[in-house]
Amino acid sequence: MLIGFSLLNLTAEAKALDETLFTPNAYIKIGADGSIVLFAPNPEIGQGVKTSLPMIIAEELGVDWKKISVELAPLDSRMGRQTAGGSGSVRGRFTELRTIGATAREMLIAAAAQQWNVPATECTVDNGEVIHKASGRKLSYAALATAAAKLEVPTKPALKDPKEFKLIGTRVKDIDAHKIVTGQPLFGIDTRREGMLFAMVSRPPAYGKTLGEVNDAAALKIEGVKKVVKIKNAVAVLATSTWAAKKGRDALVIQWNATEKLENTAEHFATFKTMLDKPTATPQRNDGDVDAAAQGAAKVLDVTYEIPTLSHGQMEPLNFFANVKDGKVELFGPTQVPAAVRTEVSKQLGIPEANITISSPRQGGGFGRKLMTDNGVEAALISAAAQCPVQVQWTREDDMQNDFYRPAEMWRYRAALSADNLLSWHQSGVGIGRGVRGDSYVAGAIANYRAEGQGLTSNTPTGWWRAPGANTLAYVAESFMDEVCTALKKDPVAFRLELLKKAKEQTVGKINYDPEKYKSVIDLVVKMSKWGTKTPGEFRGFSTWFSFGSYVAQVVDVQMLDGQPKVKKVYCAVNCGRVINLSGAENQVQGSIVDGICHAMFPKVTFVNGAVVETNFHQYKFLRMKDAPTEIEVQFVESDEAPTGLGEPALPPIAAALANAIFAATGKRLRKLPFAEQLG
Amino acid sequence: MAIINLNVNGKTLSVDVDPSTPLLWVLRDHLNLVGTKFGCGMAQCGACAVHLNGNAVRSCTLPVSTVKNNAIVTIEGLSEKGDHPLQQAWEELDVSQCGYCQAGQIMSAAALLKRNPKPTDQDIDNAMSGNICRCGTHVRIRKAIHLAAKTSKK
Repeated sequence: MLIGFSLLNLTAEAKALDETLFTPNAYIKIGADGSIVLFAPNPEIGQGVKTSLPMIIAEELGVDWKKISVELAPLDSRMGRQTAGGSGSVRGRFTELRTIGATAREMLIAAAAQQWNVPATECTVDNGEVIHKASGRKLSYAALATAAAKLEVPTKPALKDPKEFKLIGTRVKDIDAHKIVTGQPLFGIDTRREGMLFAMVSRPPAYGKTLGEVNDAAALKIEGVKKVVKIKNAVAVLATSTWAAKKGRDALVIQWNATEKLENTAEHFATFKTMLDKPTATPQRNDGDVDAAAQGAAKVLDVTYEIPTLSHGQMEPLNFFANVKDGKVELFGPTQVPAAVRTEVSKQLGIPEANITISSPRQGGGFGRKLMTDNGVEAALISAAAQCPVQVQWTREDDMQNDFYRPAEMWRYRAALSADNLLSWHQSGVGIGRGVRGDSYVAGAIANYRAEGQGLTSNTPTGWWRAPGANTLAYVAESFMDEVCTALKKDPVAFRLELLKKAKEQTVGKINYDPEKYKSVIDLVVKMSKWGTKTPGEFRGFSTWFSFGSYVAQVVDVQMLDGQPKVKKVYCAVNCGRVINLSGAENQVQGSIVDGICHAMFPKVTFVNGAVVETNFHQYKFLRMKDAPTEIEVQFVESDEAPTGLGEPALPPIAAALANAIFAATGKRLRKLPFAEQLG
Repeated sequence: MAIINLNVNGKTLSVDVDPSTPLLWVLRDHLNLVGTKFGCGMAQCGACAVHLNGNAVRSCTLPVSTVKNNAIVTIEGLSEKGDHPLQQAWEELDVSQCGYCQAGQIMSAAALLKRNPKPTDQDIDNAMSGNICRCGTHVRIRKAIHLAAKTSKK
């Protein structure tokens, strides 16, 4: 297992050191001893790619899935872009990994054909054996490994006809399922290395404060504490156990100086309001004339939405292992961007990348937090300063207070309506940091459409949170769309289909989506949910969104109990091209839906004088089992197209679907998150 | 630091630790039992759930000095072969996504099934609401508990 694996320096063309090993590429290792190892190239953060990516290789390679083992690959120059983000792992690697598997399959066939002196075209593979049907002869991959290793690697292998797929599209249990349920060491927090010290780090208690005087006398007296080191703007206590490191850190006396403005959430929102009252100089999109359309319109809707800052909250608090020694660096820990970590460490320590190795274990959630390199870089700096191997452990408070948050936003939506139609759509948004952008599918469906976005500079850091941009835009756009439908007295589903038909047949400007694919998921969810029927005591909301290449439509059924929504069922239709692992895919969709409901309902981050108020789960409230939907039914539109994204797409539409269901139940529009606060 | 004797997974073990150390960190850092996880440190998330005389407790806020010789069972000791009905159900239904919270979920569920072999959905809500899953596997967790209840032999 790779937890204790110490890596050799990998060069561009690593040769097999053992001639009984067949390693045609970085992804496959077949031994004469019968072992078959597949290397999963992208970080596993709970999105299932440690299982689904090797499945693609295994399908073309023709091995028995029950007889292979999988390891997470280290950062390896032969493996391209090894990141977890943008719902890009499966869709980025589908064809590549099929080719990888097919390459090895052809070499094994060639080796068998040579041995039998028959044409390769008369041979097939199944379950890790090459078969010559005519003569009934079979050879296992183990038996062929040594011979196959001597052959030329084909550059253009033939890929299987997808109709012959035996593994892709089936339900496959997560490759680590047994290890997870038996508590085996799997995560960064479980890292143990010879000679390592545990470290806890004291970081600024508020954004805008920097490190001043440090008194470590009391800390050094704590039993188990071995060292205290300063790195840029932080102090690390190193000890022989996590608890001793924590006690040591608690005993530090540190002066933190306010060197920048200490910001407040209340001020952010006050500023948002001022910014939204002024039109932007350059709208992101401007079709027709939304202002003219509003003049003399039968009705104008004008609605404002407020969306809070969110933390990532992955269950495994950040941690990272680093050993800087003799001009070399070994890095091991949870990151979604190992190459970026290595580059930044190289830069900050002045050590060439060729002298730095990095790999990651399974990770207890990502959600975009680990697209930032800070936890890995920090560990390297501490190891360099302390001159020993170090395992840095963050507490939950550290994690909550040192994040790159999902930015707070405010949106203003205006629509002009005639008696029975939508005349114009004007969305204007502002967010902390890089600001907002993106269009609803309404863009392209109607003559008058304007989208404007602004950003508010802040020293509170922002980053990427599951489905960045879409996780807020879909809520505001699909909530507003529901208000439009109510005002026009149109069925929410029928009106979407009307708009999408217009987008297809009378497209205004450019559209970046396929109206037919939107229709495919809407039609499917209508069928699944029997949209149009009513169950007594239950109320429905609908929403649909396209992101990361995939189309999603959802129906939420709620009951109201004591003024609070109980989600009875969610129906979700997805068009994501070909599904690789049906079980994992369904899990991702269900998980995205629960994630979206959780964050629509309960948590928020508040800055007061630059400090995060919600320091742990007693204040930053998460959804619990009693709040979770009783049922989530997922169906995928049948598709032979290449896979599109699936880690994120089912999240964006759920907040609006829920808000729209609550409106149906109560007549109250929820225009501010989190909903639980609005419902009292 | 003091020598403390503990009864963990049926064995008597000795550790030399600060008596105020939470049981969680004694298990993880001193007894090499890393299946029990750290999620919050204040009994809000359930990742640290272990059994103390059969009851699910939060090891992150339990000073090791208070445990005495009460029987502790961790995820590693829930079954000899990793085949507790819950572990089997969890695998059969492919519950886990990232997997980090699942040991704690299983320990909470195991304590539930021990005192209530045929729990209703409401019983599951009550017993499992102390455990957070950020990945959102709740629907499968619920199904797995029902499945384990069905397949459990009395």
